[in-house]
Amino acid sequence: MMLVPCAWCGPRDAAEFHHVGEAVPRPDVGSATRDQWRAYLYLRANPCGWTTETWYHRMGCRKFITIERHTETNEIRAVRAAGAAR
Amino acid sequence: MQAITNGQRRDKRQAVYPARYSALSLIRRGLTHQDWPPAWRPRDLKSSYDVVIIGGGVHGLAAAYYLAANHGITDVAVLDKSYLGSGGSGRNTAILRSNYLTPEGVRFYDRSIQLYRGLAADLDFNVMFSRRGHLTLAHSDASLRTMRWRAEVNKAQGVDSEVVDPAEVKRLAPFIDVSPEARYPILGALWHPPGGIIRHDAVVWGYARGADALGVQIHQNTEVTGIDVADGRVQGVRTTRGDIASRVVLNATAGWSTLICDMAGVALPIQTFPLQAAVTEPVKPFLSTVIVSGTLHVYISQTDRGELVFGASVDPFTSYSTRGSLEFIEGLAGHVLELMPALSRVRVLRQWAGLCDMTPDFSPVMGHTPVGGFLVDVGWGTYGFKAGPVSGEAMAACIASGQTPEIIASFGLDRFADGALVGEKGAAAVGH
Repeated sequence: MMLVPCAWCGPRDAAEFHHVGEAVPRPDVGSATRDQWRAYLYLRANPCGWTTETWYHRMGCRKFITIERHTETNEIRAVRAAGAAR
Repeated sequence: MQAITNGQRRDKRQAVYPARYSALSLIRRGLTHQDWPPAWRPRDLKSSYDVVIIGGGVHGLAAAYYLAANHGITDVAVLDKSYLGSGGSGRNTAILRSNYLTPEGVRFYDRSIQLYRGLAADLDFNVMFSRRGHLTLAHSDASLRTMRWRAEVNKAQGVDSEVVDPAEVKRLAPFIDVSPEARYPILGALWHPPGGIIRHDAVVWGYARGADALGVQIHQNTEVTGIDVADGRVQGVRTTRGDIASRVVLNATAGWSTLICDMAGVALPIQTFPLQAAVTEPVKPFLSTVIVSGTLHVYISQTDRGELVFGASVDPFTSYSTRGSLEFIEGLAGHVLELMPALSRVRVLRQWAGLCDMTPDFSPVMGHTPVGGFLVDVGWGTYGFKAGPVSGEAMAACIASGQTPEIIASFGLDRFADGALVGEKGAAAVGH
């Protein structure tokens, strides 16, 4: 069982969460060009190593968290509330 | 008597290459105890090639084979960081089918099935294609409606698919529980007779042997560490065994495709997810079709050796890990038993994971990229193995002509900027 440390609930089974994906900053809707918007929608870094991503604790506190996870070992080293400063 | 080492006989006599495989040669070698020559030869890495293909799986090797066989381009190197077929080609569940949802998808995969049918003869290598039929179960009105849709699209493209009722499902696969009391009762199924299973390693080895015999060089344990790009054009690749100059480089690396594209500065709409599978101990033959249930997230087939091969949907989060998990095998076992309660005493032998490079629309990314001479054959997600031959044929034509063949025209990287996606999620074997 993989544990994800929720910023509010502490370590919980990863099955309780929904993996939202890489934290990609959303461009300004009013001024973004079509290419910028499509890149935001589709393009991902998909690194083999440390990545910063958003998870949603759907079967727990139902809040979003931002975590740093290693995509090869699934080790998690930093957790914060989504939107919170580093 | 020769010394027996590591299960292989050593023979000093040099065999003529390539050796034809036939019943006669089998008997002759059996009687004379003469060793078979290697199916492909180890080579020294040259400093330049006309074409470099990154990835020694079914896609890369098929592209190399068709480049040599169809277009006469033989100065080709196939590079793999490990052994041939060590990635997705050796980790899939070896199911072939062409019952897709979009006309583009159906035409494409049907061409692949046609090539697979003639592959053993083309390559002089027994790939063990068993056309046993493919049954996709519907457990809800919505999925039955999608089955009808798929059946009509398939028939319009000349592919044999039809919707059948639970009684016919029971006739085709007697061990399935089709009772209305089941937790997810079976309402019908999409029956696709041309589908089946194949020996995936044999396909890889057959293409490798065929490509090698035509002059293609295969380099295992050769990892690409960088790609040189100058003036918007690829100049060559750097590897752990030395640098190679080449004006054409094809990325056919499935789960690792974004890492290779990063080296060339090409951004991809791809995320890598593991997909887990498992195999049981061998039992007597009892299952003559491939069974797929999207609702139960499982597909089942019985190999020629009698083992049951189970596959599932991709893991719920991205990862490059190829380790199996206990949660997966628990869930899988439960789902299999809902379909076939009689299997409760069958033991699982092993489980593993392969890497799937998932695109937003579940269709591949093929053809040219903004970097001149750098081509991709990636984004295969969970469909890669069954598309191997047609992808190789199309990518070979793409490299040889410099033009994008019509059969892959809708799978270009530019479709994401244009918004012209080819939605194949409805034809995914299991829900994702």
